[in-house]
Amino acid sequence: MTDQSYNFAYLDEQTKRMIRRAILKGVAVPGYQVPFASREMPMPYGWGTGGVQVTAACLVPEDVLKVIDQGADDTTNAVSIRKFFQRTAGVATTEATAEATVIQTRHRIPEQALTAGQILVYQVPIPEPLRFLEPRETETRKMHSLEEYGLMHVKLYEDIARHGSIATAYAYPVRVEGRYVMDPSPIPKFDNPKLSDSPALQLFGAGREQRIYALPPFTRVVSLDFDDHPFDPSKAPHDCDLCGAAESYLDEVITDDAGSRMFVCSDTDFCRSRREAGHVGRLGETAGGGA
Amino acid sequence: MQATEMSIFAKVKPQAPLLSVKGLSKRYGTRIGCTDVAFDLWPGEVLGIVGESGSGKSTLLSCLAGHLAPDTGEVVFATASGPRDTLRMTEPERRRLARTDWAFVHQNPRDGLRMGVTAGGNVGERLMAVGARNYGSIRDAATDWLGRVEIDASRIDDRPSAFSGGMQQRLQIARNLVTGPRLVFMDEPTGGLDVSVQARLLDLLRGLVREMGLSAIIVTHDLAVVRLLADRLMVMKSGHVVEQGLTDQVLDDPQHAYTQLLVSSVLQV
Ligand SMILES: Nc1ncnc2c1ncn2[C@@H]1O[C@H](COP(=O)(O)OP(=O)(O)O)[C@@H](O)[C@H]1O
Ligand SMILES: [Mg+2]
Repeated sequence: MTDQSYNFAYLDEQTKRMIRRAILKGVAVPGYQVPFASREMPMPYGWGTGGVQVTAACLVPEDVLKVIDQGADDTTNAVSIRKFFQRTAGVATTEATAEATVIQTRHRIPEQALTAGQILVYQVPIPEPLRFLEPRETETRKMHSLEEYGLMHVKLYEDIARHGSIATAYAYPVRVEGRYVMDPSPIPKFDNPKLSDSPALQLFGAGREQRIYALPPFTRVVSLDFDDHPFDPSKAPHDCDLCGAAESYLDEVITDDAGSRMFVCSDTDFCRSRREAGHVGRLGETAGGGA
Repeated sequence: MQATEMSIFAKVKPQAPLLSVKGLSKRYGTRIGCTDVAFDLWPGEVLGIVGESGSGKSTLLSCLAGHLAPDTGEVVFATASGPRDTLRMTEPERRRLARTDWAFVHQNPRDGLRMGVTAGGNVGERLMAVGARNYGSIRDAATDWLGRVEIDASRIDDRPSAFSGGMQQRLQIARNLVTGPRLVFMDEPTGGLDVSVQARLLDLLRGLVREMGLSAIIVTHDLAVVRLLADRLMVMKSGHVVEQGLTDQVLDDPQHAYTQLLVSSVLQV
């Protein structure tokens, strides 16, 4: 049921047009941060206001929406954003990655390969990958326009000097189509390979920082590295204890006061589908019954 | 024609200047920063610019290095593809020059270093800026350069904030010279340091200048610096160049009254 006191998907049509223009520009120049006039949303910054605005500008009544936070559909942030669009747009929602036409995400890319026609919307806290070493916005903009990206490697150099290897595990910087360096939002570097060559459209929205950027389908995205320290999208050396998946990104869960722990897929939909298909992990029998 | 080119005179004819400056002026409103400055800098030459505080040294250096836009004049640099007026270059071209052929050593090392980045990262930045992508080689180059500026290799992963002023300045020099720039600008490189520390830095700079055959323009109010480092000298007063020539000649036989005052240490600045 749509709440009639709002326009479809909350934002007025003028605002949506403005955001769509920014999205189109972002699609035309992959990886380039397009400024947009971010609107006040009925939720605090840090709750995905940028992603919500991008989603609002993309939604049509026929869409099926999925919202995840750290891979899970049932966390507070994901639930409230999903409810927000149920109320303001009346769209159908789902937890199944394959059924969704629009997926808004914080901190993960779904395990199941995305398909043509799907839109993945990322919530972005800090869109500027150069911010870490160069706080001046005027300077970072110039560095992007002149492709002066040496500083990005200084950051990776510092990582190796301090930790012996590139310790950056989230928001690992990428180069888009050999041109713009981009922050992929705080997804684990494990997800970085999925950014590249995806049939889906990927949109990034930063509310507080008022930036939108995009990866059109089948864009080449390369994680930065050194010749002698190549990019390694490593994951924990375990299988999922519930579904037995060997190739999915895992969360570590403490299960009792004695410090027992288990590893489970961070993508809850992926894990459930596997269990429904009969896959069982090390602790799958006990945990699987409740799912 | 061919005969001339093959004559002995063609062989001893000097190469083109590395930097050729003409009619360079910069005003701040009605106040003169520097006015009508002209000189040639030859490859391998160190030019000292001296003068009391406020005489226009920093203004001139900033105009030469492209940090400040002069009102008139030209600054022609012998780029790999021929002489170019750097003032008419596009900004991308000038920035590329600044991170390849040119280097700039600031008086305050904090202006020329990244204080949040390790010593190794500071030295490696210029290498990475021109495309170095092998961590091991970058680290080797940084280690080598720390040694050349007498910083112990064990400090490579320390941040400059943990260094003394003299070490910071030496680190700034290493960071600038690591890519072998063809022209180095220095603004009071020994200013702000204790006298004993200054002497050590000067020795070090002199060694590097000789060893690398550096071309440099060094601004200072300290005649000891130019005596040690500069082949030629330019004396500035109130934005004007009042005298220029070989360092020894200018210091031993100053022609302009102001230079005479400077040299006789009557003017202590
Ligand atoms: N940003 C500025 N605005 C106005 N006047 C300036 C500025 N910078 C320098 N000046 C003036 O220009 C003259 C030359 O200054 P400067 O180049 O800093 O001399 P020096 O480096 O020899 O001490 C001085 O009169 C100084 O007051
Ligand atoms: Mg000065």
